[in-house]
Amino acid sequence: MDLDARIPEAPIEQMWSTHKEHLRLVGPRNRPNYRLIVVGTGLAGASAAASMAAMGYRVDCFCFQDSPRRAHSIAAQGGINAAKDYRNDGDSIYRLFYDTQKGGDYRSREENVWRLAELSANIIDQAVAQGVPFAREYGGMLANRSFGGVLVERTFYCRGETGQQLLLGACSSLAQQIHAGNVQMHTRTELLDVVVVDGRARGIVVRDLVTGEIRSHAAEAVVLATGGYSNVYYLSTNAKGCNVTATWRAHKRGAGFANPCYNQIHPTCIPVAGEHQAKLTLMSESLRNDGRIWVPRNAQDERSPSEIPDAERYYYLEERYPRFGNLVPRDVASRNAREVCDQGLGVGATGFGVFLDFRDAIANHGADVVSSRYENLFEMYERITGESPWNTPMRIYPAPHYTMGGLWVDYDLMTTLPGLFAIGEANFSDHGANRLGASSMMQCLADGYFIIPLTIGDYVSSHPFGDVDTSHAAFADAERGARERIEGLCAIGGSSTVESLHRELGRIMWDHCGISRNADGLKEALRLIPDLRDRFWNDLKVPGGGQELNQSLEHAGRLADFLEFSEVMCRDALERDESCGCHFREEHQTEEGEALRDDVNFSHATVWEHRGDDAEPVKHEEPLAFHALPLAQRNYKT
Amino acid sequence: MKFVLRIWRQADADAPGEFLDYEVDDVSPAMSFLELIDTLNEKLTERGDAPVAFDSDCREGICGMCSMVIDGQPHGPVPGTTTCQLYMRHFKDGARITVEPWRSGAFPLVRDLVVDRSAFDRIMQAGGYVTVHSGPKADPNALPIEPELAEEALDAACCIGCGACVAACPNGAAMLYTSAKVSHLALLPQGQPERYERVSKMVEQMEAEGFGACRNYAECEAACPKEISIRFIGRMNREYLRATLLEAIDRRGRMDSQ
Repeated sequence: MDLDARIPEAPIEQMWSTHKEHLRLVGPRNRPNYRLIVVGTGLAGASAAASMAAMGYRVDCFCFQDSPRRAHSIAAQGGINAAKDYRNDGDSIYRLFYDTQKGGDYRSREENVWRLAELSANIIDQAVAQGVPFAREYGGMLANRSFGGVLVERTFYCRGETGQQLLLGACSSLAQQIHAGNVQMHTRTELLDVVVVDGRARGIVVRDLVTGEIRSHAAEAVVLATGGYSNVYYLSTNAKGCNVTATWRAHKRGAGFANPCYNQIHPTCIPVAGEHQAKLTLMSESLRNDGRIWVPRNAQDERSPSEIPDAERYYYLEERYPRFGNLVPRDVASRNAREVCDQGLGVGATGFGVFLDFRDAIANHGADVVSSRYENLFEMYERITGESPWNTPMRIYPAPHYTMGGLWVDYDLMTTLPGLFAIGEANFSDHGANRLGASSMMQCLADGYFIIPLTIGDYVSSHPFGDVDTSHAAFADAERGARERIEGLCAIGGSSTVESLHRELGRIMWDHCGISRNADGLKEALRLIPDLRDRFWNDLKVPGGGQELNQSLEHAGRLADFLEFSEVMCRDALERDESCGCHFREEHQTEEGEALRDDVNFSHATVWEHRGDDAEPVKHEEPLAFHALPLAQRNYKT
Repeated sequence: MKFVLRIWRQADADAPGEFLDYEVDDVSPAMSFLELIDTLNEKLTERGDAPVAFDSDCREGICGMCSMVIDGQPHGPVPGTTTCQLYMRHFKDGARITVEPWRSGAFPLVRDLVVDRSAFDRIMQAGGYVTVHSGPKADPNALPIEPELAEEALDAACCIGCGACVAACPNGAAMLYTSAKVSHLALLPQGQPERYERVSKMVEQMEAEGFGACRNYAECEAACPKEISIRFIGRMNREYLRATLLEAIDRRGRMDSQ
């Protein structure tokens, strides 16, 4: 597997501009001859499709939802970072680069991270030009706020719905290109396979989710913008439909999968209420600024929380981390919540929850101040739980939220399968072992608006256009495979529902490859997953057939891929015998319980190669360089 | 808790539909309405019946995918809430709850509770954008925008495109949806160059899709999960009137002929 990232030879500060100057171009009159496929319409996919179509390329764009605007980027709340230095507080490209590298615990590719920081300012300019109504100050200038893990104010926002507004901006540009005929939009259509001809990605096989029709689309290049894989845990903050199918199918066709074990668990989500739970809802992390986190010291305490005196409350973060208290980094907060719950101290019906208490904040600052800061969040919490945080502490618990791993890409965002590109959360390159707050949207839009429209031209310009269409035998083969798989799923005729099996997989992954991992647990998971996969293929019950709208069948196809992917994820977690960022191996921690990296042996991205369903995947390594920012121990305590 | 769900079942657009009753027991008050349907679907699957098809994705009230008329009200009885954020404690134990799809000629039924809302996308495609290429731009602070204006634009732009406004309207009008997007861009300086062309094209597309006319019932505002105000409809009407008074110019045609 060729893992040459094709890093341009130039100082990091001039690398992207130098590279742009040397990329091969496709002339405006020639662009309509090239067909490009974009799968996914979140921030990365919508911005990429709109930008490339506006340049003149012929774009086919796909989403499984009924409209491109529904992709899960829409749910991003907090904001988007940009190194504008509007606040004159010392921000710069270097500082954003530094924060992202440090936040990622030195497990990202620094050249990509630098470019991300460099492009961050352009994203805000682009979004404002589209009419995105960012918050403004009284004088009409753009407002900023600060976000976790940084010392400057560089986050731009639209109330708590920044993702929605940025996505609607990107989708408005996409809508214009659809209207102009430059983008053919295929909604309610799901990718089932990537088609490879002569070693290059030349198209995809899709299923029309309404009619069940399987069909092919050919192109000169394929871009996957299909998001992350947090739903491997069944319960996550992702939308119900988010899945690993596109990236996994691409992986099986030759695209290396990098760092699958890196996934971020968000500490402040509303806990599971019962077996019926279908997804988890994130509460803004800002709540930790004023809320105090605790559990009862006595595991059998039946009293209502307000009746429990301070002496019998275990403010475990304040006791264990006296300097940072409730504001420890995300991973530390998540691990500690799990620990106290595992000790039997958890609260709520399931015992998997901890209190986040505003009693003292209300007493010290007054209800007005607390209300001005958190009113919306209190309302949201009450709507979901039926409990008012004014009267009783909130209950929170960590939940899977974002996946840093993804398809390996080079500097041009191309995977190891020539002609196949991966952008946004679907690739691996920018967030290392942990993503900093307000950085996911920045990466999606940098990739989609500014990087892929140029690098894809460089790729296609050196290839002929229109030489392969869907009549090529490779398409027929892939279609046949997809059809057989659908028929196979419908024909199992067992007794287990997709939901129940997905829940089981979620439990395995959460228990053994979740907030913290150890070798024994991961080995146990690697024993349990193939058993569950066998049960899936022998005892699944999918009602209905393949020639109709069949949501159980859609889910079954996605779960089949999760059941394969989860094994590589556990294998990756086992192989990475160090702790870094969100990957916490219990065997490797400091005395204070922090992640302990092993830079000598693990300063690399792990890239997995698929060698067939019955063969072991092969591990490759891309060594990481640290020229612009030397390695250092991540430390949020001083 | 236990409920009887009276759900509209229809295999596809051409098949005849009917209401069928389903009993669901052991319901937790902490269950969301969609989780109740999930639970029912598990039971239906286990006993070999077709599960109820319905749209949902984010399940946190922002993607706009979920779409059920519950006891005659789009998104159910709680104001300012999508179906996915509705919880069973909002209902009376033992109640019989009627669940229907969005009903509008412009939203053809796909299956059970799933409808085709692509008409909304076509309205947006007709003009709901600022023409702008991707690439370097002037610094946005060179164009100050009063915070009140930005906030008002956001009040309109926060529309999630779910279609509850259409489902609630006795006329099946899409005025609240269309006016929200028209107003968002008409309020902002970035939207000025295409302001009148935009409103004309979007209103024309809205009418071509077969949505009804506005009669000021204001049911749309009452049903809107984002509580978008009908004053935006008034704004759109004024914008449209102004547009009709201007000489029609096909500006794009001119640019192309260069």
